[in-house]
Amino acid sequence: MATAVTERTGLEVRLEGLSRHFGDVRALDNLDLTLHPGELVALLGPSGCGKTTALRLVAGLDEPDAGRILVGDRDVTHMPANKRDMGMVFQSYSLFPHLTTQENVAFGLKLRGTDRGAREKRAKEMLELVGLGHQANRYANQLSGGQQQRVALARALAIEPSVLLLDEPLSALDAKVRAQLRDEIRRVQLEVGTTALFVTHDQEEALAVADRVGVMNKGKIEQLAEPETLYNQPASHFVAEFVGLMNRVPCHVADGRVEVLGATLGAREGSLPSGPGDALVRPEQLEVAAAEGGSGRVITVSFLGSITRVRVRMPNGSELLAQASGAEAARLAADQVVTVSITAADVLVAPAD
Amino acid sequence: MKTRARRLLPTLGLVPFLGYLTVFLFIPTIIIVVGAFTDHGRASLTNIQGLANPTVWQALKQSLILSASTAAIGAVFGSLLAYALVSGNPSGLARRAATSVCGVLAQFGGVMLAFAFIATLSYSGSLTDLLRDHAGIDIFGSGWLFALPGLILVYSYFQIPLMVIVFLPALDGIRVQWREAAENLGATTWQFWRHVGGPLLFPAFLGSALLLFANAFASYATAAALVSQGNPITPLYIRAALTSEIILGRQNLAYALALEMIVVVAIVMAAYALLVRRTSKWLS
Ligand SMILES: Nc1ncnc2c1ncn2[C@@H]1O[C@H](COP(=O)(O)OP(=O)(O)OP(=O)(O)O)[C@@H](O)[C@H]1O
Ligand SMILES: [Mg+2]
Repeated sequence: MATAVTERTGLEVRLEGLSRHFGDVRALDNLDLTLHPGELVALLGPSGCGKTTALRLVAGLDEPDAGRILVGDRDVTHMPANKRDMGMVFQSYSLFPHLTTQENVAFGLKLRGTDRGAREKRAKEMLELVGLGHQANRYANQLSGGQQQRVALARALAIEPSVLLLDEPLSALDAKVRAQLRDEIRRVQLEVGTTALFVTHDQEEALAVADRVGVMNKGKIEQLAEPETLYNQPASHFVAEFVGLMNRVPCHVADGRVEVLGATLGAREGSLPSGPGDALVRPEQLEVAAAEGGSGRVITVSFLGSITRVRVRMPNGSELLAQASGAEAARLAADQVVTVSITAADVLVAPAD
Repeated sequence: MKTRARRLLPTLGLVPFLGYLTVFLFIPTIIIVVGAFTDHGRASLTNIQGLANPTVWQALKQSLILSASTAAIGAVFGSLLAYALVSGNPSGLARRAATSVCGVLAQFGGVMLAFAFIATLSYSGSLTDLLRDHAGIDIFGSGWLFALPGLILVYSYFQIPLMVIVFLPALDGIRVQWREAAENLGATTWQFWRHVGGPLLFPAFLGSALLLFANAFASYATAAALVSQGNPITPLYIRAALTSEIILGRQNLAYALALEMIVVVAIVMAAYALLVRRTSKWLS
């Protein structure tokens, strides 16, 4: 889609040592985060970990107890929200109900004194950009949830913000619209080139849209990395278990070696130093084979298209989730006795539950 | 059979409401209209012509001034008070206490104040006596308290709290996200109220002011408590038409007066509907 949006390289955004307390609750605890110019960083974490708080501090809707926020080389920590030039898309619907779609999008420009012709043109362009060019004269109550969030995105982008902030913009939408709109947000963000911070508690969403994902836990960032790195080399067991599916397999660690499922593997950095623990193993790192005298027993086999998921009950009563390829999967059925082995060279070991 | 019953069922739910409307609205209205156009059992325009009487006009004029001015005073001060309440802690004690007090005042405030005024500020009221005897000041004057200015003062006493009560829900309806979105897009507080808050609240503000107008217009007890001589406003004129011996034989004038009031309220409501439709297309 051709648009008249000017190519811009976004600004660098730095959060340095941000803390915010609400009474006894430490919503943010000395949080550091740097967004490269034009980059989309997703903040991912469980409910209550401080994602919204971080975003609101950047937007200026709240003030930190300590720390700084830098945009480009400007310190905006104590700048009022209405001077910050940041576009924000809120979790809940926030369109002004008394204005049409187009007037909503043009609102920020009107405040800036842009003349009518110019702001209408820009609003139309923005609506085109989010695929709603034909809905310019509708009111919010005449739009679907997905359409409302698109308009909110267009409204946030119309002011050519230095930073785009998105607080779970898709959480009120159903699964199909979510996936569609998240790809659209990514496309638009790439097209406009604005630095963006995208808050979500949905790991699939974070991995799908972001250049880098920051996994948050208790007001801190546990790991900030590209999606592949996050998935394949999680820095902590919290990250490992929060991102993607993960098995806990009882094991024993000694001298940097892990004994698990009859094999001896390397212990990854960040592992429990010694003693009994749980090895964190992805389903695709577990191989299941039909074998007389195996220790596992198949519970279910679910065909998921390109892969097949196999649930296996182990002698200690625990369940493992494994992945099998077509040929092997064809030989598996419920109640089958199987062996389970690990294909990874090293594993991360967490303290046992 | 079954589908028909199902179709009828929602209509059936309306029956109590319709019954209520019939008993308390339709029948009284019909009685008033019929009464206004009959005299001694026969169709007549005498009562309607009676409305042209200068004292009747004067009463209507004063009623309109009283209702409009106290609606305006109530709307302005009541909405500001309501705003102060929502700006505080919404679940706080202050707010709950304030709304309860407003509820009581909106009901009885006028009558209570009227009696208080009579006790302190009437010709032989305690304060009037005190000031006359010791300071030589005559605050009773020409009896302003018992004419229009006094009525405006006393009416405001229940109009303002009524506004607080009816306007609070509208203020609560202003979502925080609208405010934050506006701020995020660069709006100052003033710009938010000018471009977002104001337009959003306008229909509710106007509707509340209209309610206040009707409330004052139809109000009887407060005026009756305060004014014992003369009939400065229409509701008191109706009382006179029903009870006075001077205009005996013209009881049906009361029906004509009541009809006059119905017409006024109908006109105001139509104007309101028109204005809201003009200014707030988004509501439809
Ligand atoms: N205004 C506030 N007053 C008191 N506590 C607050 C306030 N805002 C946030 N908190 C607390 O701070 C913590 C972090 O809240 P925050 O809204 O940032 O979480 P979140 O990661 O956005 O969660 P969610 O995914 O549920 O939106 C929570 O424990 C929350 O209860
Ligand atoms: Mg949140």
